[in-house]
Amino acid sequence: MLNGVSFSVGEGEFVGLIGPNGAGKSTLLRAALGLVEARGEVAIAGQNAAAMTARERARRIAYLPQEREIGWPVSVEMVVSLGRAPHRPAFAGLDGADRARIENAMGRMELEEFRRRPATELSGGEKARVLIARALAQDAPLLLADEPTAGLDPSHQIALMRLFAELAGEGRGVVASLHDLSLAARWCTRLVLLDRGSIIADGPPREVLTRERLRSVYGVEAHLAEAEGGMLVVPLDMAAR
Amino acid sequence: MIETARYRLLLGLLAAAAIILFVLSLTVGPAAIGFGESIAALFDSKEAGPLALIMQEIRLPRAILGLMIGATLGLSGAVLQGYLRNPLAEPALLGISATASLGAVLAIYTGFSLVFPLGLPLAALAGAVVAVIVVQAMAGMRGGALTIILAGVALSSLAAAMTSLALNLSPNPFAALEIMFWMLGSLTDRSMTHVWLAAPFMVVGWAMLASVGRSLDTLTLGRDAAASMGVDLRRVQLLAVLGTAASVGAATAVAGAIGFVGLVVPHLLRPFVGARPSRLLPASALGGACVLLAADILVRVIAPGKDLKLGVLTAIVGAPFFLWLVYRTRRNLL
Repeated sequence: MLNGVSFSVGEGEFVGLIGPNGAGKSTLLRAALGLVEARGEVAIAGQNAAAMTARERARRIAYLPQEREIGWPVSVEMVVSLGRAPHRPAFAGLDGADRARIENAMGRMELEEFRRRPATELSGGEKARVLIARALAQDAPLLLADEPTAGLDPSHQIALMRLFAELAGEGRGVVASLHDLSLAARWCTRLVLLDRGSIIADGPPREVLTRERLRSVYGVEAHLAEAEGGMLVVPLDMAAR
Repeated sequence: MIETARYRLLLGLLAAAAIILFVLSLTVGPAAIGFGESIAALFDSKEAGPLALIMQEIRLPRAILGLMIGATLGLSGAVLQGYLRNPLAEPALLGISATASLGAVLAIYTGFSLVFPLGLPLAALAGAVVAVIVVQAMAGMRGGALTIILAGVALSSLAAAMTSLALNLSPNPFAALEIMFWMLGSLTDRSMTHVWLAAPFMVVGWAMLASVGRSLDTLTLGRDAAASMGVDLRRVQLLAVLGTAASVGAATAVAGAIGFVGLVVPHLLRPFVGARPSRLLPASALGGACVLLAADILVRVIAPGKDLKLGVLTAIVGAPFFLWLVYRTRRNLL
């Protein structure tokens, strides 16, 4: 699937992982977590990830999978508290610091009023916010999110991008795979463009998103513009072959 | 925390109910013995009269087995539903009950159980071991929930077919009748030897099943999310399959296949524990013990002298009840 892919994420970076369907965005994220078999090296803060236990890795990387299915009608609060699992010894309960992080994550995603509601009864957008709060509660220095904006309305999409930018501003690293190129261009500090398992471009949004690349990688003609201090990318039509 | 307090209250109530039913199970039977007398006879170590014999050799093992097997079915059902994230999962799904039954049937068929009294439960345990090896090999180390379910279904069908073959070719009608009766599932006339045979496997199985509770909570969000939160899925799968095999294999070996308890009890209790998988495990174990003890008392009260089989009662009561549950929750299931 992926070949010769190499990149690193620094503190304070909000990296947008972009590329057409099947380019290998999800696979790259999952390989970084050790969820799929991969050759090559993954290092977290200079340490080899392969030598870490799953729990050690979970304290360093939080992951927001594409799948948003919640198996049982458990309360919103319980879902968010799962984020603390990697930080607790095997049979210990939550301590004060854990509770504070859970409250903080729920507050950030504005979930207080849903606290006791079964998470399965929420709307798609609300459910997505609950799962993001869960990842926030994990409190890892690196957050990997697989299409976090899918199924969210524009205001929640922007709220989410703002949150990720804030997290990066606090000194964390954030990597999100995205399909909305304008959203990616306006909010990410850096974009990594993947196509057929290889990195095509890696750099600031304005350097990565060019008309030629959109034509060769996505096969679309696009209108690039500037608005309100950020870039706009509007795909117009299929590129002529 | 209100939820935690409610959960403790639930466990307390279930434990109290299990104790009451256990004592009732000791005092109900064809030999009309008074309550005080029977309890006194139970602890009578000197006098080996008929009373003490009935209490210590017949009713005590029956009540203990009811408690242990009920807990096994409830616990393993809750673990499998949590691990497979499927509300229809139950211990029989892995094919363990069916292969254990086949082992027992072969022991009866070949006359092995006549030559060697413990031959039947041991053959059943061997059957359970075969099921584990096949399911684990099929699902592989990276295998998913669906593979386990399909492997279990295939294995169950094969074991059922082999059992039918044994019945079909049975040399005499008595062996066939014995096979049929054994397969219905019962706790009648079990001895302390059966308890001692099953207990070690069950205790080991319970320990394995109980250890995955936390991981099951995390699995609520799916396999990838659980793995990213530090859950070792291979370990959880191994513990769930081995734990079920050890405990349910032992249960089937001494009592035959008793259905529906492992399916219905976790369903019944899930709303009371906020659907949290780790909390469902102890609740479901206690609930399973209550249901099985109650059912075993009922078969003695409803039809004294008829030897109504326990497995028949649990299915007759369990199946319609399950239908009602499905009817009530169908909107949530869809």
